[in-house]
Amino acid sequence: MSTATARRTDLGYRIRLNLRAVLGRAYPRVIGANREPSWIFFEAFLPLLGIAAYVFIYQSFAERALDAILTTTASAPYGFCGERACIDAVEQALYEANALANANALIASVVLGGTMVAFWLNVLWSMASQLYWEKEIGNLQLYMMAPMNRMALLGGMAVGGMFMTSVRAVATLVAGIIVFGVVFQVANPLLLLAVFFVTLVALYGLGMMFASLYLLWGREAWNLSALMEEPIFFSSGFYFPVAGLFKVPGWGPIVAIAGAFIPATFGLDALRQLTLSETAFGGRFWIFDATTELGILLVMAVVFLILARYALAYLEMLAKREGKLTSRHQ
Amino acid sequence: MPYAVETRNLTRIFAGKKKLLRRKASPEGGEESTGPVTALDEASLQIREGELFGLLGPNGAGKTTLIKILATLLLPTSGQALVAGHDVAKDPFPIRQRINMVSGGETSGYGLLTVRENIWMFSQFYGVPSKTSKARIDELMHVFGLWDKRDAKVRMISSGQRQKMNMIRGFVTDPDILFLDEPTLGLDVNAARTIRDYVMNWVRKRGGKTVLLTTHYMMEADEMCDRIAIIDHGRILACDTPSNLKRMIRHDTTFRLEVDTLREATSFGSILGVKNFSSKDDLAKGRTNLTFILEGEAPVADILSKIIGQGSKVHSLQKSEPTLEDVFISMVGRGLE
Repeated sequence: MSTATARRTDLGYRIRLNLRAVLGRAYPRVIGANREPSWIFFEAFLPLLGIAAYVFIYQSFAERALDAILTTTASAPYGFCGERACIDAVEQALYEANALANANALIASVVLGGTMVAFWLNVLWSMASQLYWEKEIGNLQLYMMAPMNRMALLGGMAVGGMFMTSVRAVATLVAGIIVFGVVFQVANPLLLLAVFFVTLVALYGLGMMFASLYLLWGREAWNLSALMEEPIFFSSGFYFPVAGLFKVPGWGPIVAIAGAFIPATFGLDALRQLTLSETAFGGRFWIFDATTELGILLVMAVVFLILARYALAYLEMLAKREGKLTSRHQ
Repeated sequence: MPYAVETRNLTRIFAGKKKLLRRKASPEGGEESTGPVTALDEASLQIREGELFGLLGPNGAGKTTLIKILATLLLPTSGQALVAGHDVAKDPFPIRQRINMVSGGETSGYGLLTVRENIWMFSQFYGVPSKTSKARIDELMHVFGLWDKRDAKVRMISSGQRQKMNMIRGFVTDPDILFLDEPTLGLDVNAARTIRDYVMNWVRKRGGKTVLLTTHYMMEADEMCDRIAIIDHGRILACDTPSNLKRMIRHDTTFRLEVDTLREATSFGSILGVKNFSSKDDLAKGRTNLTFILEGEAPVADILSKIIGQGSKVHSLQKSEPTLEDVFISMVGRGLE
């Protein structure tokens, strides 16, 4: 082009272009999605109901355990410490404190898991399914026609999704703490923050990878998202410490290992260790220690991001060849 | 002189789709294949820099497919397409920096964002600095008469306002080449006029800007375009200025007739001296509008006797100067609609 505008292609330009693209795509989720106050009811309050169901079950277990410890009989004047009678009042008090601590740890696990559910749902429905949605409303072709890197598009979706969901997750967490009186003990806040952010990066990396695949599968993708909702809640231990599955003979370990491919599994396990102390549940319900799990999450984050990059490049080429970047009516 | 757009024997074939047969239609079930569709067939054209170029063709002629290939959204099956001198298949990045596209009836953007925010968001994907983007948006909003709606959420605006927003999205990145696919589709007269005027001014006053426009409206193409290509079944049938295209049929005579609805209008083609014709029923009025491209005036008598022979009454008969529509009918054998 002779008289047309000269266009830059240097590295500095490309970095600025892609940062702007990330910011642009994150904007609707950071600003737009919080514009309707109804989210407070639907996305912060309603999840509390799901959490409450598990909390009430765990509270009833705790009450039964406390009843056994505190009920005295002629043969057990200091109540029962497990299967046998407590030796003295000191042992009874120790058992009572332990029962209360375990009840708190279980309820805190549920509140934490219920909070992380928001991220998993966001990854499934607002990351994995998003490119398919964008195609339907006509945005995808405009994105693919723009000079930005495709990872900037996914990155913007992820950054926006993380922010939007974090706002909802914090609201649910705070409400959970207030309503259920949960006590958290954070000994290493830096490690906690690192685990949280790496978990999110790994989770959204997985979502980016799914986004490309969903583009290829089209409408069938909805079924996949629906399929991955409840089973992952279970296999990743959103409402109980996942290492408990290893103690279930037969299918338990298989489900736990399958769930370990989802970053939320190790992320939640590490977050629980770091907020409830490693000695909660007698230290018997953790998969690995938090630092090891952080390492695994880091590997997952890198692998998923690389796979997402290649999956998107491959599928963009395939979609351009097959004419799948635009919806049927366009 | 460099070409802004050049295609060489461009062909695009879409693979057939397999459809599951319904049990009712086919008791044994199974799959039905629709077969491959040739959307573009060896299409070659050159669009010069600074040109407002029109692409005229009926639905399914291959116009949108051509634009999608040029916009790097679709790969050609064979042949080559160059935009700003770069191959769409091999080197899309420098093309994407220079182009933008607006389609009629587009529903892009997010309903929760305001008009201004939506346009700004799309400008960020082209790396336009925020300050520049906002200044351009404000200026274009005034031009397109959308200033009052700048802070309205996109889901609350009308389809005409939405199309104006789409047009601003197309111009805000200051592209060198703009693809407009039926940009005035379904718009009211004033909105369409605003868009046409801006596009023409943009090309005439800003050096080096090129527009490829597809439209159904012959008058729009005639008024706006420096050159026009007529496309049908994926083939470029003619490419020239509107006046030269009209000159191609200057030796022909155009007659327009309004008659009672005809039972059968296909037999006119067999009359000696009828080069081509189109017929369009006006169901509301119970009439058929016929346009004939004739070699001289002699065939008129045979045409009239055929019409009267069907028991139909002639309400009007008019001889007219050739229009682009006549050129189109002469080449394609039917009207655009």
